Amino acid sequence: MLTPALPPQGATVRARRWRRLRRAVALPLAALALSGCTVPSFGASPGATSSSKSVYHLWQGFSIGAAVIGALVVALILYAVLRYRRKGDRIPAQSQYHLPLEVLYTVVPILIVFGLFAATLVVENKEVSNPKTNVVVDVNAFQWGWKFTYPGTNALVYGQTTQNPEMVIPVNTNVRINLSSSDVIHGFYVKAFNFSRYALPGVLNQFTIRAQNTGTYFGQCTQLCGLYHSLMWFRVKVVSQSDYASWIATFNNPTAEAAAKAASKTTSQQTASLVPSKPSSTKFGR
Amino acid sequence: MTDVLNPPVHIESPDHGHDEHHGPTGILKWITTTDHKIIGLSYTVTAVIMLVIGGAFAEIIRAQLASPNGNLVSLAQYNELFTMHGSVMIYLFAGPFAFGALANIIVPIQIGAPDMAFPRLNALSYWLYLTGAITMLSGFFVSGGAANFGWVAYAPLSNSINTPGAGADLWIGGLLLTGFSAIFTGVNLCATIFYLRAPGMTMFRMPIFTWNMLVTAILILLAFPVLTAGLVMLYCDRHFGTHIFSVAGGGVPVLWQHLFWFWGHPEVYILALPFFGMVTEIIAVFSRKPVFGYKGMIFATLSIAALSLGVWAHHMFTTGVVLLPFFSIMSLLIAVPTGIKMFNWIGTMWRGQVWFSTAMLMALGFLFTFLIGGLTGIYLASPPLDFFTHDTYFVVAHFHSVVMALVLAGMAGLYYWGPKITGYLLNEAIGKWQFWTLFIGSQVFTFPLYILGLEGMPRRVAVYAHDAQWKALNDLSTLGAVIIGVSTILFVVNVVVSWKKYPAGDNPWDGHTLEWFTTSPPPHHNFYRLPQIRSERPTWDYNHPGHQALHHGQHDEPSQPAPEAPVS
Repeated sequence: MLTPALPPQGATVRARRWRRLRRAVALPLAALALSGCTVPSFGASPGATSSSKSVYHLWQGFSIGAAVIGALVVALILYAVLRYRRKGDRIPAQSQYHLPLEVLYTVVPILIVFGLFAATLVVENKEVSNPKTNVVVDVNAFQWGWKFTYPGTNALVYGQTTQNPEMVIPVNTNVRINLSSSDVIHGFYVKAFNFSRYALPGVLNQFTIRAQNTGTYFGQCTQLCGLYHSLMWFRVKVVSQSDYASWIATFNNPTAEAAAKAASKTTSQQTASLVPSKPSSTKFGR
Repeated sequence: MTDVLNPPVHIESPDHGHDEHHGPTGILKWITTTDHKIIGLSYTVTAVIMLVIGGAFAEIIRAQLASPNGNLVSLAQYNELFTMHGSVMIYLFAGPFAFGALANIIVPIQIGAPDMAFPRLNALSYWLYLTGAITMLSGFFVSGGAANFGWVAYAPLSNSINTPGAGADLWIGGLLLTGFSAIFTGVNLCATIFYLRAPGMTMFRMPIFTWNMLVTAILILLAFPVLTAGLVMLYCDRHFGTHIFSVAGGGVPVLWQHLFWFWGHPEVYILALPFFGMVTEIIAVFSRKPVFGYKGMIFATLSIAALSLGVWAHHMFTTGVVLLPFFSIMSLLIAVPTGIKMFNWIGTMWRGQVWFSTAMLMALGFLFTFLIGGLTGIYLASPPLDFFTHDTYFVVAHFHSVVMALVLAGMAGLYYWGPKITGYLLNEAIGKWQFWTLFIGSQVFTFPLYILGLEGMPRRVAVYAHDAQWKALNDLSTLGAVIIGVSTILFVVNVVVSWKKYPAGDNPWDGHTLEWFTTSPPPHHNFYRLPQIRSERPTWDYNHPGHQALHHGQHDEPSQPAPEAPVS
């Protein structure tokens, strides 16, 4: 791509070299702007939620930039070491500075960085926004398992190491997740969501997901949490809205109601014991 | 000046020249020495042993992951292994190797100083480091085993309820000791560089390696005390009933992460900058050209250091309790000075005479590997992409690309400066085998990890039974780790085979800087004579009069060199 092999002999050569360099840095920017659905995946996948798709496109944009810049740098290195490999004892010209070039490779990366930052902000603002919704799931992580409760209903899913408790959520609906931990820090991570968030003791982490495809997705704790960290699994089952309603309804019997009440009480006791200075009703209220 | 330009008559040996230094010999000399070169050599040997120990842990980890339900080690042992692998490599190898071993040996010589500013403090640093290393590793011999909460020791997993064993306390103690060792070395380097430069060695005539070590030392002084404070708090939480990091007592677990990463991210550059400096020197010498953009390089180093103090929370994006955009842009901006360095390295080789010695090959291997590690780091500065890849193998792959690049650079440093200290060259043929195994092994080892991370494999898991498809990629990575292991064995073989075999002479590489002006190994106080210091390349200027670096604006007139001065 860049072959300034000619010995520089004046302004025209220098201007040509400038033009070539400009073209080389314009490429990644243009490629970023063009990132769409025909772009390679660069190892990622679009995932199952609306934000996972935005993250995927951001990933593609970053990857194109990285690929172009990486290829440019590799080409320059290879060219330099092959073209200028030692052929004798001649001492080469001892040139040390080229201010315009140095300014160029300072300013252009700054511009690229701000471009990447702008793209980041767009996706990030979308991803961390918490629109109002009726479907809320309280996710409680503990050593070593997960408990999913649904405020306002009797639904309760609980599972320990390797039991794969299943969090059921409706498709095409904003689902608010209230994430908490009963002991150490855990990581709530679903690969198909292209998203993870820590479950922190004493902190209620909230985020919203909007699944766009039904299916069952694997999730796992990603933050080291002790002995059985490797086996702290769960699943997310995305179902149609009617299936979701009927799933919730299966818990409408006295046994399930009692279980849900007891579980909810345990959770608030556990979390409350972690935050004695703040009443649990405001921090973990339901 | 006549003394400087006309060397004194030949001196038989350093011992005869410095009669006042009759002292103990053998092991007693090694224990009581305050000579920066011997201390540096002790650091080098200890750090390389740590590299081998940490590498052995890595090989066990990779063997465990070679099958989805591996049962080579238990879950508990696995947690200890990766904790101690990270701790040994970061705390006991990479840092001490950079600022304890190579900086200790090279910086005083590069600036024409007889020793470090505080030789006894320097000795204390080494002994603290050795004690700290032994303390941390002794965790394996106590009941409950070594520390097992990851090298980052996140609260509240690291409290006395979740990690009750003595191994954790030994980890804290060992880290405190090595932390003080680093702080004292930082003080020593700053004082040495500010006060002991030879006449003529102005700040902007210091070699880049010395510049980078100065910036590293300043970063050490800013960052390490925070870690020390955090460790004391952690110990108090564990044993004295404080509740600094425990929610139950009104404390804040995330505070640990803030303290840890406020040290931890500058630490990344404390580890990296020395190796950047080594590579800069090596590329310049083996291209027979001055460092391209010397002042820009220093500016880039300073801005990396400044930015590195404001990016710590990019390790904490997924906590949900930090300001995302600020830490994102600060982290992204670090790519700019790093890019400047990369282009300066290429510019140094441009129109040079690139000599593929083992040291230069290692430095080139660094360029490629660091390019991959650097580019993948840019993704992680973007919060949405960090949410996506955080705590997966993508992150592991990213920083292993970086640290494998640093290992390549460190090996370059050993091949380049080793002869100066020992007086003997290493075997170049074995060196090239070592380079190719290390370089290819690094790529084979890291590349599958990137894909595994994107496919959702979390880090720090001993088994991945639910997705056995990951086996093939894990096996490939394990193969890479084995190749890296072979390269380490080749290095040891090379040291044994080359032992006192190939005398190096004073200046085997046609070096630029002052260390190549003195004998190999240098005499007790480093110099019998010094050349005039009129640029950052005094030795080159002395050996090649008429080939000084071209001034700014002269870059396009290679056909009109400065008038040839007669070669003396």
